[in-house]
Amino acid sequence: MSAVTLYGLCGAILVGMGLFGLIVHPEPLRKILAFNLIGGGVFLLFGAVARRGAAAGFGGDPVPQALVITGIVVAFSATALAVALLLRLFQEIGRATLRSDG
Amino acid sequence: MAARDTFAAVVSFVAYGLLLALVWVRLAAPDVALTEAAIGSGVTGGLLLAASTRLRRTETPAAREKPGATLRLAAAILCTLASAGLAAIVLLLPEPAPTLAPQAAANLAATGLGNPVTAVLMAYRAIDTLLETVVLLLALVGTWSLAPDRFWGGSPGPRHHADPDGVLTFVAQLLVPIGILVGIHIFWVGSVAPGGEFQGATILAAMWILAMMAGLVGAPSVSRRWLRLVLVAGPAVFISIGLAGFAMASAFLAYPESHPKLLILTIEVPVTLSIATTLALLVAGPPERGAQQ
Repeated sequence: MSAVTLYGLCGAILVGMGLFGLIVHPEPLRKILAFNLIGGGVFLLFGAVARRGAAAGFGGDPVPQALVITGIVVAFSATALAVALLLRLFQEIGRATLRSDG
Repeated sequence: MAARDTFAAVVSFVAYGLLLALVWVRLAAPDVALTEAAIGSGVTGGLLLAASTRLRRTETPAAREKPGATLRLAAAILCTLASAGLAAIVLLLPEPAPTLAPQAAANLAATGLGNPVTAVLMAYRAIDTLLETVVLLLALVGTWSLAPDRFWGGSPGPRHHADPDGVLTFVAQLLVPIGILVGIHIFWVGSVAPGGEFQGATILAAMWILAMMAGLVGAPSVSRRWLRLVLVAGPAVFISIGLAGFAMASAFLAYPESHPKLLILTIEVPVTLSIATTLALLVAGPPERGAQQ
């Protein structure tokens, strides 16, 4: 198995781990963290695809690489907005929970 | 489930981000490695660390809401299936791998750039980059609109009172000038080498955050006109040059054959400043103090 495939498989595992954290962890901050883990896994899948597309003297296909850069920045914006929402929720009700009751 | 758990998780997340950056180097993507280290691990980590400190005392009650064993098992099965599906796709990727690298290489000279990733970001897929700068601004608008009424248009974050003779102030005084130079350098070499506006802008943003935390500069009121101008300058110049593409090369965001690099630089400089300001203010969060500054 080549190193690229190995990193691709790591990406697949990261997505699963992130998804699990997103479902199971009750704390919203941990959910945001898990969301970033899923993102990292998806980016790694892109990275494996990009590396496999190495041609024309480049180490990888620059198009998926550029997409990942865009993706990282967008993931950060979403994280920042989610954290701001969470802190505001805490400020409003004194708790940080997604439970609808009580 | 100790109270320090989430904090530890965030610290691990930062370490994971740095390891991921090494993986990106191994995958021959140094531009992505820089972005991951700077934004994915660094700025995101800082943001989450600050949030976890503020939310620390909510952890113990939240931990009691843990789902039951059945749900956990179902989630584990679902996630294993998702991972297995993705792994199968990785193992069954087509051979030979499809790639756009030859096309990117063939047109690289026409853009006047030497870094193919920057060429994709600023020329072939410039529309993605334009939309991305707008997404950043929208996230900032969303964050600011979470301010309570009495702090509307005020300054973000708590007021920092660092000891003027303390370590933080000293480090900030030492590091900020060097960091600004490194940020500008990373931005500038992005046209021919790994680097670019996002990586450079993140370093500049980090230096501004550091200076604010050390109390060297105050956080500006978000209603300041100059601040708003800096924030929209990047996307505004980007869109203007994009529209000018209709006249110069008959398409939105098309560059004329002569001097494409000059136009790309004209876009990149304000975009870098806008991104750096937006990133720093996203980390600072919604206004939490009155408008007087």
